Amino acid sequence: MVAQIIFLVLTLAAIALFTVNLRKIIRNIRLGKPVNRQDQPQKRLLTMLRVAFGQSKMVVRPIPAFLHFFVYIGFVIINIEVLEIMIDGLFGTHRIFNGLGGLYNFLIGSFEILAFTVWVSCAIFLVRRNILKIKRFSGVEMKSWPKSDANYILITEILLMSAFLFMNAADAKLQVMGASHYVTAGAFPVSQYLMNILPASESALIMIERSCWWFHIIGILAFLNYLPYSKHFHILFAFPNTYFSNLEPKGEFTNMASVTNEVKAMLDPSFIPAETEAGKFGAKDVTDLSWVNLMNAYTCTECGRCTSVCPANITGKLLSPRKIMMDTRDRITEVGQNIDKHGAEHQDGKSLLDDYISREEIWACTSCNACVEACPVNIDPLQIIMELRRFAVMEESQAPGSINAMLGNIENNQAPWKYSPADRFNWAQES
Amino acid sequence: MEFKVPTMAELMAAGEEPEILFWVGCAGSYDERAQKITRDICKILHHVGIKYAVLGTEESCTGDPAKRAGNEFLFQMQAMANIEVLNAYNVKKIVTGCPHCFNTIKNEYPGLGGAYEVIHHTQLIQDLINEGKLKAEGGESFKGKKITYHDPCYLGRGNGIYEAPRKALEVLDAQLVEMKRCKSNGLCCGAGGAQMFKEPEKGNKDINVERIDEALEIGPQVIAAGCPFCMTMLSDGVKLKDKEQEVKVLDIAEITARANGL
Repeated sequence: MVAQIIFLVLTLAAIALFTVNLRKIIRNIRLGKPVNRQDQPQKRLLTMLRVAFGQSKMVVRPIPAFLHFFVYIGFVIINIEVLEIMIDGLFGTHRIFNGLGGLYNFLIGSFEILAFTVWVSCAIFLVRRNILKIKRFSGVEMKSWPKSDANYILITEILLMSAFLFMNAADAKLQVMGASHYVTAGAFPVSQYLMNILPASESALIMIERSCWWFHIIGILAFLNYLPYSKHFHILFAFPNTYFSNLEPKGEFTNMASVTNEVKAMLDPSFIPAETEAGKFGAKDVTDLSWVNLMNAYTCTECGRCTSVCPANITGKLLSPRKIMMDTRDRITEVGQNIDKHGAEHQDGKSLLDDYISREEIWACTSCNACVEACPVNIDPLQIIMELRRFAVMEESQAPGSINAMLGNIENNQAPWKYSPADRFNWAQES
Repeated sequence: MEFKVPTMAELMAAGEEPEILFWVGCAGSYDERAQKITRDICKILHHVGIKYAVLGTEESCTGDPAKRAGNEFLFQMQAMANIEVLNAYNVKKIVTGCPHCFNTIKNEYPGLGGAYEVIHHTQLIQDLINEGKLKAEGGESFKGKKITYHDPCYLGRGNGIYEAPRKALEVLDAQLVEMKRCKSNGLCCGAGGAQMFKEPEKGNKDINVERIDEALEIGPQVIAAGCPFCMTMLSDGVKLKDKEQEVKVLDIAEITARANGL
């Protein structure tokens, strides 16, 4: 009875804490500017099914795709087991679903195989990150916390899977010994090999089985609450993020409606704009970005596929699309914390541009869309870069000198170079 | 040129409308290398007998470099002025000689009141080949030559057009070889996003050199391009590597014109 109460309290506390943090993140995302991503629900649903559920953009790199698939499918399916653990924990039952008979054996057997593949995949991931030193996992933005974050996640998953397998091994051994309470149920294709290394005494086995059970469920609840602080949040946000992703051609940049009003008024003095929205052009801080940009930042799992295909980054420039996303998340998190501590009106004098992302970074972008194409969850770093450029150019008139010269040429000669408009058709005179 | 390039103004004065407007673009108008491509596109149009016209001195920058540089004001000023001209001429269909003009007019003009059917010149060439109006005969033979195609970002990733330029090359009976980074994984030439008009940021290599190194690895005789900016970047790269004699950088339009002896 005491155990059941402890279980209930822990579960409720974990869910409550997670809800509080999730709501904060959703509030932070809502600090972003509105953008309509409610159109074409059918196409959006298909995009989500294909890209998030179907992992379609992962296959470009087969080795990590293969390993990631095991971890993903393991995560999704082993969660069915969590349902049983929840019911057992609350009602003091043991393996409540064993009534399913053959199906139960099949399920437990599948979970074991999946747990094993998750274990192996995570171990290989650790090797890739820490021993093989794959270039994608390094870079200036991958020092300290982001580097540890990845390792913590992998180690936690290995520990959770180990606990699950040892719990089953002890259980199986207790079933063989005919220990009371341990009904004969389940199939143990993996943990049967662990039975021999466990002690023979019944009390020790019960101790191991219970410890692993508690470790497994507390681990899952703790992991749930780790997510909002971690890059691992993508396991939840990959779905809304792909659903609300851009469906237009990647080459198309938004036309700013506020600018359209001003330009129309300039060209036609009789034009009266329907609704003038005040505010700045482009983005200086995260709250000038759209909510989709901010959701993108929370979704990013820092895999670095974007940066590894970025022509600027490949050739040694400072720009890294992954860093753009990480900076955006760090800054919106900071803005959110300011609101929690000092209220909504508080200004800390910092901004995304300059305090997090430098001018050198935003001007190194070729807008080639390679980062957008590479992202397995449809994150768009390019849009953030463009919004920062818009602010630098339209609000501050701060662009590299040669860019200003180019803009001046368009204004004066209707071409980015200093040629006379009268000469535009001269090409037809030559052969 | 051996024939006169018709302008919209002339056609309108004669009470006529062309089937298609050829949007030349700033590079195609002023850049010496790109002018050759412009003339070749005209030669192809003339050769197949499509009724076309250009805007001539009435054409103006689409505003693309201003938009990518972050100056939305200047972009929209340019766009609205252009749309006014295009709508006044009742333009329905446009072919562009540049992926940047193509992307801007096709995707960003409709929201500002300019809706047209827009194609890139490689798509036009593909259509003409499919319709049997264009072949690869009567001119230079590319048979067996090793050709690699560099995807322009605003044609490829930007608008998903990977097949048209390759179809245009397939008729040559040449040996088409892909670079390691091609199609949706293609590497930028380094000119996009207004980079064409500025010095690159500090790094350890120029992007066009990275791209040319990759292209030269497969030992092509021709690097095919579909964008005047890529043309500049790739040609510079080949020049820098001192490979101008062995490797030619040619636009798909130039290759088509040569293959047909135009």
